[in-house]
Amino acid sequence: MSITVFQRARIVDPSRGVDATGSVIVDGKKIVAAGADALNQGIPGGAEVIDCAGKTIIPGLVDGRVFIGEPGGEHRETIASASVAAAAGGVTSIVMMPDTDPVIDNVALVEFVLRTAKETASVNVFPAAAITKGLEGHEMTEFGLLREAGAVAFTDGRHTIANSLMMRRALTYARDFDAVIAHETQDADLASSGVMNEGLYASWLGLSGIPREAETIPLERDLALARLTRGRYHAAKISTAMAASAVSRAKADGAKVTAGVSINSLSLNENDVGEYRTFFRLAPPLRAEEDRLAMVEALKDGTIDVIVSSHDPQDVDTKRLPFADAAAGAIGLETLLAVALRLHHNDDVPLLRIIDTLSTAPARLFGLPGGTLKPGAVADLALVDLGEPWVVREADIRSRSKNTCFEGARLQGKVLKTLVAGRTVFSA
Amino acid sequence: MTDLSSLPPYPHRHLLGIRDLSPFDIELLLDRADAAVSISRQSEKKTSTLRGRTQINLFYEASTRTQSSFELAGKRLGADVMNMSVASSSVKKGETLIDTAMTLNAMRPDILIIRHQSAGAAALLAQKVGCSVVNAGDGAHEHPTQALLDALTIRRAKGSIARLTVAICGDILHSRVARSNILLLNALGARVRVVAPSTLLPSGIDQMGVEVTQSMADGLKDADVVMMLRLQRERMAGAFVPSVREYFRYYGLDAEKLKAAKPDALVMHPGPMNRGVEIASEIADGPQSVIQEQVEMGVAVRMAVMEALLDPRRNRDGQNA
Repeated sequence: MSITVFQRARIVDPSRGVDATGSVIVDGKKIVAAGADALNQGIPGGAEVIDCAGKTIIPGLVDGRVFIGEPGGEHRETIASASVAAAAGGVTSIVMMPDTDPVIDNVALVEFVLRTAKETASVNVFPAAAITKGLEGHEMTEFGLLREAGAVAFTDGRHTIANSLMMRRALTYARDFDAVIAHETQDADLASSGVMNEGLYASWLGLSGIPREAETIPLERDLALARLTRGRYHAAKISTAMAASAVSRAKADGAKVTAGVSINSLSLNENDVGEYRTFFRLAPPLRAEEDRLAMVEALKDGTIDVIVSSHDPQDVDTKRLPFADAAAGAIGLETLLAVALRLHHNDDVPLLRIIDTLSTAPARLFGLPGGTLKPGAVADLALVDLGEPWVVREADIRSRSKNTCFEGARLQGKVLKTLVAGRTVFSA
Repeated sequence: MTDLSSLPPYPHRHLLGIRDLSPFDIELLLDRADAAVSISRQSEKKTSTLRGRTQINLFYEASTRTQSSFELAGKRLGADVMNMSVASSSVKKGETLIDTAMTLNAMRPDILIIRHQSAGAAALLAQKVGCSVVNAGDGAHEHPTQALLDALTIRRAKGSIARLTVAICGDILHSRVARSNILLLNALGARVRVVAPSTLLPSGIDQMGVEVTQSMADGLKDADVVMMLRLQRERMAGAFVPSVREYFRYYGLDAEKLKAAKPDALVMHPGPMNRGVEIASEIADGPQSVIQEQVEMGVAVRMAVMEALLDPRRNRDGQNA
């Protein structure tokens, strides 16, 4: 295969702590060299040279939490349409949630996803399998066989396992396979009929609130069980200052705990719900500005390990309803990077840290290739103009569903080119 | 009706909530409603203000009182009124609110009255139809015509709203009537207290412009108006309060508790009442009760609202585009 040289780019590679001007040489599917001295032996003969002055090369994003409608909800999103959206967003790998119909809780479904991805997707698709059969919270799935088939993690997706014994056994058994248990926590009784963050704003709107404790009570239980079992636990989508401090304490105790945050919880707050805007009905709900700031702080200090898009396509049939009747969720693959870059442009979080949490850290967490530009690594990368402004337009959205929280938003940072295993899968 | 041209045109196309109204808007509607009261008291009750206009009542929750009040208001203004009975319609067959709205919209009504169990339903409808929309209650959000009729009742009895002390008692948490009243009474300068067990108060109530107490004695002390709210049956048996008996003991309005209020305090209730739960019969039927007046004012306020929203002067100004 041919050799491509990306010349004079800013190279940001958190896996090696590199942020320098230099070049990236891609030979076939692999990175040959990346950095300031990548060209110290000259440009390889016959190479295609791309001048990237003023542009930045980052390892492709690894999105650890993506909901897709295939199988069962193909009108919302297919594996193929999600991968097109991912590629446009500089996302080269996605971890697909098991909340499909049927649920990804057996080997055949994992194989179906991998086969469909191989045939139709332009980015890497890694299925996460259910912890419990049918996401019902009662019976464990075949962790060993599912892992062999290619499941990269276990999660009950949008569902929280209420039974503490079930969670204990899952963490204990998963340890035997070095598998990660990723869990979204929301106490169903405490959240009750809640549809947005509990507080003054919800009260005036007449909407039932979800208290922060609905997230932290099952989370605290899980963290105690992670300490007890020594299993690998990933708090998949935290949204509150209380949850961040609980995770931080568990980490300090030496538990094998990691945490993720949705890009929405880092960039929006409950006021964005406005007059019952259902695209802003999310799970966990958008919280108060103090919580958003706490998420940014937790990202900086290492309490939060990964940022996810929590891409969740919903169609008009589930969103064009009164707020309390609408489904939760928003798409996010195409805007993930640019929205995260707000934290860079505002000088809230260093660029290297942002890319780490979007790429290197999730690849490491789920044991995936990618997330690095080091020589010999698979050439999953994105060429980005960090400063280029653009406006999110519904008409430009590639995802099959249009439920974005960023319609009309002015973002800065545009993906120019995305490579997966050396192949260009997106070019602006 | 009285000479409308003497009143300034009303500036809004819909009535979705009290929050959208200025004190001036509210007073204007109350002035118009005052004039409408006399129409209902004549033997000839029909006017031609809305002749040729079509009003559709779309009620997703059963409500004899509010629906018949809107219906009568429309008829007294000369409008053609159609009631969409949700129980027997395609709504039961799973049609969404928006699809129903689009269908009704195609029939070219001039005004849609909607009652729905979900907060924000009226606002959603207003975005999708070409006519005026009146919120007749959306979930726990707002019930603006109820607050207006309460205000009209108070204003006619007390002269004005400003500086009155109004105690709102009962299930504030689930009450759209409470929210609309808190907004309206604050807008007109009243002092508002809420009295309820803490399980029936919404989060952030202390920032909603009210004084909060768990004691009827404190809440009703020197009050000019006592507004009781309905407690839904399913909320009485252990979920929010332990029993009817205990609720009535602490929060039911009886003669003893009412003594704390001013001797000429008005007793109000939006209806339908649970006698013996939130209010004793002797009080509901007693001399301080204005519960029947509230019903009468309801028709007047709804006439005023519809006539204001459909004021032809506004249409000529192109504001109804």
